[in-house]
Amino acid sequence: MKLDAKIPSGALATKWGAHKSNIRLVSPANKRSIDIVVVGTGLAGSSAAASLAEMGYRVKAFCFQDSPRRAHSIAAQGGINAAKNYQNDGDSVHRLFYDTIKGGDYRSREANVYRLAEVSANIIDQCVAQGVPFARDYGGLLDNRSFGGVQVSRTFYAKGQTGQQLLLGAYSALNRQISKGNVKLYNRHEMMDVVVEDGKTKGIIARNLVTGEIERHGAHAVLLCTGGYGNVFFLSTNAMGSNGSAAWKAHRRGALFANPCFTQIHPTCIPQSGEYQSKLTLMSESLRNDGRIWVPKDKKDAEAIREGRLKPTDLPEEKRDYYLERRYPAFGNLVPRDVASRAAKERCDEGYGVNATGQAVFLDFGSAIERYGRTEANQLGIENPSKEKVIELGEKVVAAKYGNLFDMYNKIKDTNPYKSPMMIYPAVHYTMGGIWVDYNLMTSVKGLYALGEANFSDHGANRLGASALMQGLADGYFVAPYTVGDYLADEIRSGNIDTNSPAFEQAEKEVVERIDALINNNGTKTVDYFHKALGKIMWDKCGMARNAEGLKEAIKQIQELRAEFWKEVKVPGRKDMYNPELDKAGRVADFLELGELMCLDALTREESCGGHFREEFQTEDGEALRDDENFAFVSCWKYNGEPAKAELIKEELTFENVELKTRSYK
Amino acid sequence: MNLTLKIWRQNGTNDKGRMEVYPISDVNPEMSFLEMMDVLNEQLIEDGKDPIAFDHDCREGICGMCSMFINGEAHGPGRRITTCQLHMRSFKDGDTVVVEPWRAAAFPVIKDLVVDRGAFDRIQQAGGYVSVNTSGNTLDANAIAVPKKDADRAFDAATCIGCGACVATCKNSSAMLFVSAKVSQFALLPQGRVEAKERVQKMVRQMDLEGFGNCTNTGACEVECPVGISLENIARMNREYLSASLASAE
Amino acid sequence: MATKSALLGSSLTKKYWMALTGLFLSVFLIVHLAGNLVLLGGKEMAENFNAYAEFMTTFPIIKITSYLLYFSILFHAFDGILLTIQNRKARPVKYHYEKPSANSNWASRNMAFLGTIMLFFIVGHMATFWWRMKFGELPLDAAGRKDLYTVVEVYFTTASTALLHVLIYVVAMIAIAFHLLHGFQSSFQTLGVNHPKYTPLIKKIGVGFAVVIPALFAIIPVYMYLNQ
Repeated sequence: MKLDAKIPSGALATKWGAHKSNIRLVSPANKRSIDIVVVGTGLAGSSAAASLAEMGYRVKAFCFQDSPRRAHSIAAQGGINAAKNYQNDGDSVHRLFYDTIKGGDYRSREANVYRLAEVSANIIDQCVAQGVPFARDYGGLLDNRSFGGVQVSRTFYAKGQTGQQLLLGAYSALNRQISKGNVKLYNRHEMMDVVVEDGKTKGIIARNLVTGEIERHGAHAVLLCTGGYGNVFFLSTNAMGSNGSAAWKAHRRGALFANPCFTQIHPTCIPQSGEYQSKLTLMSESLRNDGRIWVPKDKKDAEAIREGRLKPTDLPEEKRDYYLERRYPAFGNLVPRDVASRAAKERCDEGYGVNATGQAVFLDFGSAIERYGRTEANQLGIENPSKEKVIELGEKVVAAKYGNLFDMYNKIKDTNPYKSPMMIYPAVHYTMGGIWVDYNLMTSVKGLYALGEANFSDHGANRLGASALMQGLADGYFVAPYTVGDYLADEIRSGNIDTNSPAFEQAEKEVVERIDALINNNGTKTVDYFHKALGKIMWDKCGMARNAEGLKEAIKQIQELRAEFWKEVKVPGRKDMYNPELDKAGRVADFLELGELMCLDALTREESCGGHFREEFQTEDGEALRDDENFAFVSCWKYNGEPAKAELIKEELTFENVELKTRSYK
Repeated sequence: MNLTLKIWRQNGTNDKGRMEVYPISDVNPEMSFLEMMDVLNEQLIEDGKDPIAFDHDCREGICGMCSMFINGEAHGPGRRITTCQLHMRSFKDGDTVVVEPWRAAAFPVIKDLVVDRGAFDRIQQAGGYVSVNTSGNTLDANAIAVPKKDADRAFDAATCIGCGACVATCKNSSAMLFVSAKVSQFALLPQGRVEAKERVQKMVRQMDLEGFGNCTNTGACEVECPVGISLENIARMNREYLSASLASAE
Repeated sequence: MATKSALLGSSLTKKYWMALTGLFLSVFLIVHLAGNLVLLGGKEMAENFNAYAEFMTTFPIIKITSYLLYFSILFHAFDGILLTIQNRKARPVKYHYEKPSANSNWASRNMAFLGTIMLFFIVGHMATFWWRMKFGELPLDAAGRKDLYTVVEVYFTTASTALLHVLIYVVAMIAIAFHLLHGFQSSFQTLGVNHPKYTPLIKKIGVGFAVVIPALFAIIPVYMYLNQ
């Protein structure tokens, strides 16, 4: 199988413009007879459904939540990047493109990333016009902040709830089309399979999660906007319902899965507190602007802190190890996410962890509070302020900047982060890998598209902060609505899709058989038992650091676990009514296959890049060792009956506009 | 920590439903309320019983999915939190904890503690948007300056997570806080001002059609709202609706 | 919108009427109280009181206003009943356990109950005084006016059930006090008046109004009863 990414010819900066001008169009009259199914209603799904409906297509939108507004895009905190250069700090489309390529450790496609940077500015215009209340300065114009890994301020934000505001914006655009009758919404519905006939997508099989009914929905094109698969790790910052099933079903129907092992592990999350833990909570990256990360220098002190005999605030400065500042003097606490995460793991593995489980480091605002307090005292003209006064003033400044995050920490941990340093630990956050798509965002199955986190295209091996929102909305508002025309121009004569075709019959039959198998299995172990077991394997062997031996073990263990799942899983209740355990069982069954493919991918990528760190491939001082000569490609996996038999197809990456360099933050 | 849970069980919308008692032992105070429910459900499944259905998703207080009426209050004791942010340290050993679904005619129970909040979506669909195309060919984002104060207040209104605690708490099951938050967000921004009059009328009309109760200004919604949406928004909607009704041709 | 009557179209319109009639009735309370306070002057002021009573029942502008008043009372009650019925319908299945004291005050949750007490009181009150003044045969005072003063005096002092009359009156005033405690500031909120600078002031005035006006009303029969 030869992969064609369909990247337009011409200079990088003119590719998208020229492509858009030359793309085939569907006339308004014909659009009215074309059905499009959009699965998922996060940033990518809502914006795509709204835009396509507005263009005149007949759209059906599906989400498993009770409302489109609850998709997990809502939880994004920090912001959205855009090359607006409002701050006049030298930002440009090219600079955003370059930062993203470099941040992704040179494992993404130049043309896609450039297009992303190009349309980023339109996103902000669009959102403002929709009434998204971005933060503004006193002059009434939009404010920006700066994020990790870049040297300009290009991040637009709405306090710590940017994702929420952007999603509500897209949701309102979707609502507008629903009210006009251009979009039909199917909430509490889950896509169970993609129907493919003669190499073309014909629709989906969906399940009404309230009634258990299986439905057939014919469509000339299907857009998967179903997010990432971080929940394969059981514990992640994803929502409980976030799943990889739609992507996996597409994969089984012929869509290639690209770079499945590229997982982003975010360094600043609230650590796990016990076995019952159901998910992990992210603390925005922005905290690293002012927080200093440390563990005790002496293992005895770490032990004393773990056992509660020593308070962190009582440990003097000279006995603390600010390990990021020590290892990376140039970037210090602001090294990219993958680097910060690995460094925390290294310290904890060495026995310097600071919470009961030994899996936490401190994020300390003590010196920031003091620094801000002194500045504030100066500004207020207080001479020789007392230490208490300085701290009081400093805490106020810190509260104004990060108040909501500090409150969130306090709610979860019941400790006051102003008085005692926060404890943090890395957690799975985002998956750069996903369904392979060409420049038009079409997968290797005709008429099947993937948008947002569900595809693999823009972030390479590591995503920069505030870029996920940008990609979701770029794909949904400004890319897919145009590029689908190129394919659909040939579909205008297809007429309505026949949902009684053998392909639909067969797909539905398979779906029903699988549900029956799950519900009638009557084993001895709950779905969560298997999910937790899988998560542990993945985290231990395919997490922040991986090695060949561990990955081989993991593959074997997952295969065994999968076999046990189908033998021993116990799903209560009935299939013809609301049954969340059944929904969960289906998702975990898919994770049990996807997890294996992730390990296989990690095993074959014999280099360290971005979020993928192979212990065998590191420099003498423990930094990632990338191998551009042998691994500057996208690993695309073709399904062949089971994960272990997947075939690796390579999409070579060519870099004509940037020079490949080793990332160094020292 | 040992607790006695009294939980509402209802097998579908048309079932009458009843309270059932579940003892639970060894509850860790560091658990969130939903994690405690997870543990209970695991036990129920292992015992061959039907687990308790409840809505939840992000478990960090932003998606608005979780929705339990605990010990007489929406999202339980504690202020400015959703159910998923309620931790077991808020309870004492030996406590009895009563858990019920949101109760409102407009929110029919789907199963146990899960209710259908589609009414909220339909209210938004009635007018909770700015009628601009998604072309991206709009004005430059900085073409219209918005006073910071207005932008901040619009943001505060826009932080509503749509959980429905206001309806659940209100003795009249009124949705005024929810609807007014959306009306306010747009009314405060120049982009939303253009069709503000039509919007408020359409949204209020849909709110009434859904069968929510009326606002008695008890203020309970504001107290129980997990994100602190202010009663000022209700007043603003009252104002907007009044001027829209007086000015309308019908 | 066109399908419903303009007067009671939406939930919000009903509330506007509630607020407007409520505020109007509050203003009336002041006027009514002003006259009643004359009663505290005792027998010497009896003729002034009767003059006030006559003025109130005959002066044309007051007469017109009084019809507006009767209408307001009836409409306020009718509208309140409509709202209450809708509110009950909005929650057909009640909670098993509720803790409303955690988030709202008692008066705000019991406006319909307090209103019902008041309605009964107003009916009795009007039958006792207003009806007799307007349509009844009353003895005339020295100035030849209907002697309402004596009617009041007998009712609260020498009648065999005078103590009961005083008690009912005081209880009704307490109900009015609680009704106003919530209703006064609530009507401003309903009409959209909510401002960080002025609302605290409105709330303070509301509390003052709710305490002072009913208290002054209640003092009169108590004073008369104790001074007989």
